Amino acid sequence: MSLFFNILIDGIAYGMILFMIAVGLSVTMGLMRVINLAHGGFALVGGAVAHWLMVAQSMSFWVAAPLGVAASVALAWPLERLIYRRIYGFGDLQQVLATIGLTFLMIATVNRLLGSTLLALPLPELLAQSVDLGFRTLPLHRLVVIGVGLAVIAGLWLLIDRTRFGIRLRAAVDNRSAASAIGINTGLIYSATFCLGAGLAALGGILGAEMLPIEAYYPLRYMVLFLIVVAVGGMGSISGSFAAALGLGILDTATRYLVPDFGTIFFYGCIILFLALRPNGLWGRTA
Amino acid sequence: MSDTTLTPKRTRTIAGIPFLGEAILIAVVIGAYFLFPYNLAFLTRILIMVLLVLSLDLVLGFAGIATLGQAAMYGPGAYAAGLFAVHVSGAPLPGLVVGAVAGAALAFLSGLVLMRAKGLTLIMLTIAVASICLEIANKARDVTGGADGLRGIRMEPVAGLFEFDFIGKTAYWYVFVVVFVVFLLLKRLANAPLGQSLRGIHESPERMAAIGAPVYRRLVLAYTLGGGIAGIAGALAAQVTQLVSLEVYSFNLSAEALIMLILGGTGRLYGAIIGTVIFMTVHHVAAAADPFNWLFLIGFMVLGVVFCLPKGLAHLPTALTRLVRGRA
Repeated sequence: MSLFFNILIDGIAYGMILFMIAVGLSVTMGLMRVINLAHGGFALVGGAVAHWLMVAQSMSFWVAAPLGVAASVALAWPLERLIYRRIYGFGDLQQVLATIGLTFLMIATVNRLLGSTLLALPLPELLAQSVDLGFRTLPLHRLVVIGVGLAVIAGLWLLIDRTRFGIRLRAAVDNRSAASAIGINTGLIYSATFCLGAGLAALGGILGAEMLPIEAYYPLRYMVLFLIVVAVGGMGSISGSFAAALGLGILDTATRYLVPDFGTIFFYGCIILFLALRPNGLWGRTA
Repeated sequence: MSDTTLTPKRTRTIAGIPFLGEAILIAVVIGAYFLFPYNLAFLTRILIMVLLVLSLDLVLGFAGIATLGQAAMYGPGAYAAGLFAVHVSGAPLPGLVVGAVAGAALAFLSGLVLMRAKGLTLIMLTIAVASICLEIANKARDVTGGADGLRGIRMEPVAGLFEFDFIGKTAYWYVFVVVFVVFLLLKRLANAPLGQSLRGIHESPERMAAIGAPVYRRLVLAYTLGGGIAGIAGALAAQVTQLVSLEVYSFNLSAEALIMLILGGTGRLYGAIIGTVIFMTVHHVAAAADPFNWLFLIGFMVLGVVFCLPKGLAHLPTALTRLVRGRA
């Protein structure tokens, strides 16, 4: 019972991290039809900036984390305007090559400035303590991650479902040229969505540093993991990403607890089975 | 560096005269042999990588099968050839056949499932297959040596005549002959009905299905052929380095092969060769010159090629002539 509970909490927390990082990727892939292999780079930039602020500038976690997110957004905006805008029109393979080139540059920059060692993000005392739930104790950090994850999905739902921006975004996802023909500024929508995705990735990267440690090669190391979330959830689907991230987080954690020797085989076996049966993911639109 | 300067000439001249491309290829390989006698091991690695990228060109460039898991077929070739050499016979050529069969078998079995998928799903499936193979090789320590690698490979002379030497001369020529033969076969295949059919499927699977081509079976066939060639590449690597490590299944290998292919230009065999030679040479020189910051150079090179030559480096001569004519 206690094992089951541990798996559940760890798995859900892990899934929330995956969701925060992958949701932006899913939306950009669904909206701009761009295969963005550099998405993990925004999580890296957020984590690296937060690390530098905390270690070199001895700022507190509560200041450094938002600044890390802001730095990632500040990088995403010009990148989208100057580089990605041209990439949208490329073929699939050229998109792969261009975004992997960007990933290399991000890795090389972090590697040059901060080195290739692990970039630790020490948790503040408040988060490092455990809480007593009466029947068992839990690290508070896990609960906060789960809370933030729920807040993110709720915020996204409000944004997409209840605001004018959300209406325009959905229109642009459904039919880009029709949306722009009725006067929606799709360029602005693209930029805003891209930056939102980058900011969420940075948030996930910072909060999830305990589970997915930040280091220079982070974007390449976890690229496959994030892409799997998108593929399983279905491109462009926020609720799909959420369900996929939670499911994969729990599955991965459970296999690690229960069959540690064959965890990877079991994990990828499940993914092959799932994608073979549902090639468009959970709620994916047909390509 | 001589390879870099020679490449444009190589592509420009193939158009008119028959077999000129092949002749230049041979000349470059002979030239490299005499110019860099102390780098034969590296040159051999380039040749093996060329073979892997050629196999990827057949799968991706011809048939349009998006994959990031070509290492899944390279690995079985390497392990099969290595185990064959350890337990059965050290003769290189039978080892190559064993490697090819192993690579093709894995491609066929996984292809039966994979070729039903498309796009991102297909890419993720190919990665998943390679990851599972990696874990199996890691766990089957008794057979593969696990993380320590498969050791104890002793090779007999090639065809009973040419002993493998310490400097790697035999290895260099042996690998080149194998790569060249496969290259000629692929070139033949490109113009054969099967190659044309694969290109048709690449352009429009629906139309090919409409004119009665068995699209799914052709794709499985192409994937199996590509797997066989990747298996040969793996077998060559095992025989030449006399060691098989888990790296043969690594995602990096698949990803680098893909980068080299797109860099050179997909769907044209010379693109696979040029992309591999340039990427590996730049990687080698940059990593030696500055072990910490070489990734900058690779990143800028990749971006530069995508933005200036979207069809790949093999397209450079055409782009240059167009530029010159446009100004004149």
